Amino acid sequence: MKSNPAALLGLTVLTGCFVGLLAVAPALAQDAPARTQDAPASCEVPAYLLTTESTLPKVEHAVKSGLPLDILVVGSRSSTIFTSEASAYPARLQAVLKQMLPKAVIDVSVELQIKKTAEEVAVDLVKLVEVKKPTLVIWQTGTYDAMRSIDPEDFRGAVGEGVVALKEAGADVVLMNLQYSPRTETMISASPYLDSMRVVAQQYDTPLFDRFAIMHHWNDSGDFDLFSPTRGLDLARRVHDCIGRALAKFVIEAARVDPAQQN
Amino acid sequence: MLPAGAERELRLDLFRGLALWLIFIDHLPNNILTWFTFRNYGFSDATEIFIFISGYTAAFVYGRAMLEAGFVIATARILRRVWQIYVAHVFLFTIFLAEISYVAARFDNPLYSEEMGIMDFLKQPDVTIIQALLLRFRPANMDVLPLYIVLMLFLPFIIWLMKWRADVTLALSVVLYALTWQFDLYLSAYPNGFWAFNPFAWQLLFVFGAWCALGGARRMSRILSSPVTMWICGAYLFFAFCVTLTWHLPQLNFLMPKLIEQWMYPITKTDMDVLRFAHFLALAAVTVRLLPKDWPGLKSRWLRPVILCGQHSLEIFCLGVFLAFAGHFVLAEFSGGGVAMHLVVSVAGILIMSGMAWIISWYKHSADKSASRKKGAVGNADMAGGGS
Repeated sequence: MKSNPAALLGLTVLTGCFVGLLAVAPALAQDAPARTQDAPASCEVPAYLLTTESTLPKVEHAVKSGLPLDILVVGSRSSTIFTSEASAYPARLQAVLKQMLPKAVIDVSVELQIKKTAEEVAVDLVKLVEVKKPTLVIWQTGTYDAMRSIDPEDFRGAVGEGVVALKEAGADVVLMNLQYSPRTETMISASPYLDSMRVVAQQYDTPLFDRFAIMHHWNDSGDFDLFSPTRGLDLARRVHDCIGRALAKFVIEAARVDPAQQN
Repeated sequence: MLPAGAERELRLDLFRGLALWLIFIDHLPNNILTWFTFRNYGFSDATEIFIFISGYTAAFVYGRAMLEAGFVIATARILRRVWQIYVAHVFLFTIFLAEISYVAARFDNPLYSEEMGIMDFLKQPDVTIIQALLLRFRPANMDVLPLYIVLMLFLPFIIWLMKWRADVTLALSVVLYALTWQFDLYLSAYPNGFWAFNPFAWQLLFVFGAWCALGGARRMSRILSSPVTMWICGAYLFFAFCVTLTWHLPQLNFLMPKLIEQWMYPITKTDMDVLRFAHFLALAAVTVRLLPKDWPGLKSRWLRPVILCGQHSLEIFCLGVFLAFAGHFVLAEFSGGGVAMHLVVSVAGILIMSGMAWIISWYKHSADKSASRKKGAVGNADMAGGGS
């Protein structure tokens, strides 16, 4: 340790490592985008991310007895694509559900609650449900709370209260968590909010659509490059299309409806 | 500066070095190495180890200084150390700001327009920078140093009190911890929220470390060596392991009795839950028992890198935070986050940390040797103490 040459040797080795790392990096980088550019994205989702033990009895009843299926999406800005709302996941959900259940009357509406914490949204939820009387409420939340680093315990309480209120008002509930956003990972700490939502879902026997894990999977498998700095809308549209599809499958699975029987 | 006859306690350096490595790995996006970190196998994690050992070494070094040179001199030395840590924190913040600004300027994916709102603080750098200097604006991963600064600031008082009545001091610390839970004491942060590590709660671990250093550990050795203690610790660690297992394998969740769940959750890190503290104690007790002070492995070449990191912990901690930023950056820019690349970044980071510790140690032992003996000794105290 005391010998000067040894330290210099160490320094040299380290510098070598670092330079090597930088040299290898672009080489590795070249494969990733190649996989993602073509193809309208297969975006398959492993089955375990689309199965849930919790059920949606009201949705099941509506579909099986031919009643209209009204779905209300309550979400923050990540539930839409500005200037391209028709390609955001709620619209895609409606389109895919209609394909899968051609006999059902399906209407998906969106209620954006931008820059509001779960606590602030929870207060208004009952009012929204009373006006629209939806069969199913898909509540996407957590992002704004994570960005403002709201006390995770308060967040958990608020989501729990919201879920209870919705159920009491007569709607089925699906919770949807945060997006996987690798670029902001160092700035937004998502995991306490993901955990809180998982706990609430379990506590109130409510299906949780794990958007975070699903997008993470797509990024890892090379379906999408979510690190991409693109300014274009194309990536956002494709991701939302895939989320809409996955969500449709998830809702049908949770409602225990067999699309084949509908035809 | 160390007491006559007492050799440097290499176990402390070893575990602090290990904690630094693990904190670095935990700050990177999840990868294979993450599975080697404690937090996946029990309630407590590397932060507990770091804070405890920091309390221990700081009290050890500055407690001695207080005995030899008096309260004023020791306080002055501690304050100088606080200043060093503060400067290190500001330095890291500067790097963080550069990284964020770069991402904000280049990255404009409409998919993430909501998440990008986190950059809004860049619109008013005047406020943000002042708040950062006041330690109220602390981006993710930069929470440990502010906690450490606050704890060190109170160290003169803690040592002074300990010299009078060590047990009373520890009792006061426990009372403060209890009050924190009872009345929900916290420090607010900017732009909103609170300190992610609540100093009112975490002080318990730091003071406990100091208490151990100033004779508590010796007095506890009877209890520690009793087989009953070992059985209790072992049982608790096993319980914690089983509970954590249900987090990773949700299929096992049905095995958890609802009553225990309701009583136990959430296990908060912010306020250092009692379960976390107990888990750390059990872990420490078992470790002290299984790994004797004179274990020859402590001198082995293979553990040298970890021990060196632990001996220069402030520098290596800062380097680790920086490398975590850099690692994120490399992963984002070059690889789209491939699995192999994750591993390369983690391993390279650990190599760089070890190499840096080696160089610092070389400076201390060889390059600075020409400095006067006395001066060297003072610098040495800071090194060991700050513990950083």
